[in-house]
Amino acid sequence: MSLFELANIHFGYVGCPPVLNGANLSLQAGERLCITGHNGAGKSTLLRIMVGLLKPNKGSITAFGQLCQQDKDFYSVRQRAGLVFQDADDQLFCPTVAEDIAFGPLNQGKSPAQAMQLVTDLLQQMQLGYLQDRVTHKLSGGEKRLVALASVLAMQPEVLLLDEPTNALDEENEARLVAILQGLPQAMVLVSHDPHFRRKIGNRTLRVVEGQLLESNASCRHAVA
Amino acid sequence: MFWVTSIDPRVRIILALLFSLVVVSLKALPLLLVAFAMGLLILPGSGLSWQLTLKRMLAMDGFILLMLIMLPFTVAGDFWFSIAGFTATWQGLWRAVEIALKANAIVLMLLTLVGSMESVTLGHALGKLRVSRSLVHLLLFTVRYVEVLKEEYQRLRQAMQARAFRPGNNWHTYRSFGYLFGMLLVRAMERSERVMEAMQCRGFNGQLPMLAQLRMGLMDWVFISVMLAALGGLMYLEIYRVII
Repeated sequence: MSLFELANIHFGYVGCPPVLNGANLSLQAGERLCITGHNGAGKSTLLRIMVGLLKPNKGSITAFGQLCQQDKDFYSVRQRAGLVFQDADDQLFCPTVAEDIAFGPLNQGKSPAQAMQLVTDLLQQMQLGYLQDRVTHKLSGGEKRLVALASVLAMQPEVLLLDEPTNALDEENEARLVAILQGLPQAMVLVSHDPHFRRKIGNRTLRVVEGQLLESNASCRHAVA
Repeated sequence: MFWVTSIDPRVRIILALLFSLVVVSLKALPLLLVAFAMGLLILPGSGLSWQLTLKRMLAMDGFILLMLIMLPFTVAGDFWFSIAGFTATWQGLWRAVEIALKANAIVLMLLTLVGSMESVTLGHALGKLRVSRSLVHLLLFTVRYVEVLKEEYQRLRQAMQARAFRPGNNWHTYRSFGYLFGMLLVRAMERSERVMEAMQCRGFNGQLPMLAQLRMGLMDWVFISVMLAALGGLMYLEIYRVII
């Protein structure tokens, strides 16, 4: 059974030409699917559609074997598929790192004590323990990105959806992110412009072309085939 | 092009203000009806839709509704009716009608004359009228950044939803919304500092140059004359009680 199955997705923002025009996508367990395409091609839109934040005009979304049509069908999807936003500032809204990471587990019905335990364990595991009581909006850009990832991982999702995770990261932080991602068992969908990052993490690449997802033929020899 | 929008914004602001002062001092119901009718007469020339204007007036009425209902019961005078031991009076009723008419006449005129202006035009006109610069800047920046803030709010909300947040009647929800608004405030503060820095880099010294050159034309003088004549007439009739 595939984790995600998107069929014939059509989507356009109000007053704009359509972004997605019959896009198909399927994600299997263990797959690390990279999605690429030019700016504004609809990559981020696609991720938002997968967790029901945007409603496609046409097409069907099957997540974890369930056909999802209404908003409430997506409630459980959002617990099992974690979306990491492109801008970490969009995601971090609690005063401290610990509170922000605990937000997801609390939404899943964990007790505050359980959530705090999860936070501590996760930060240790990611070697970010020193950030636990820091104020979120005073973190550096790289730290914000890693904490945003942690805040999604804390929900123990089965699928990770990452929107341009390496955007504006320096080499050191990017290496850290790559190491963390490589150590994760989850299936992933990665939106990324960076061919070298895709090569390190991904095992399959699709390109958004004119609103459709096509198997990608890499043009750079360092890029993933 | 609607004729009201071609009139100098400064003239519109001043006349709307003058109109409000006159209407507030009127007491005779027929005169208040005339004042209200003046607003209705100008409305088509402003290009505003009837429905939208009515909706905005009703929104204002919502604020004074409770007071209007209470008035007949609180003003002393001749017996009108009584309900559960509370007595309503005719004088109270007329007072309520008077206040409702005044409020609606003023709001209608404000909407047609000032509400039909772009907010940026309003800011510039106020600047030309020597309203405090800080207030004008406040207005202009609100117009510019309110959408930015709205988008920021919506992105944060989506990110919360993506982490399985569903509002309910519990502490977790209250705390989370508290954090959300707190974070928006912090972001707005920081953004304003960045905007300020960027403006300073471009030579901002506390003065926003205004591009629009406002000039009074024939149309403006005609409108001023007609309005002043009408307002003067209302005041004359009110003071000397000619018709009542």
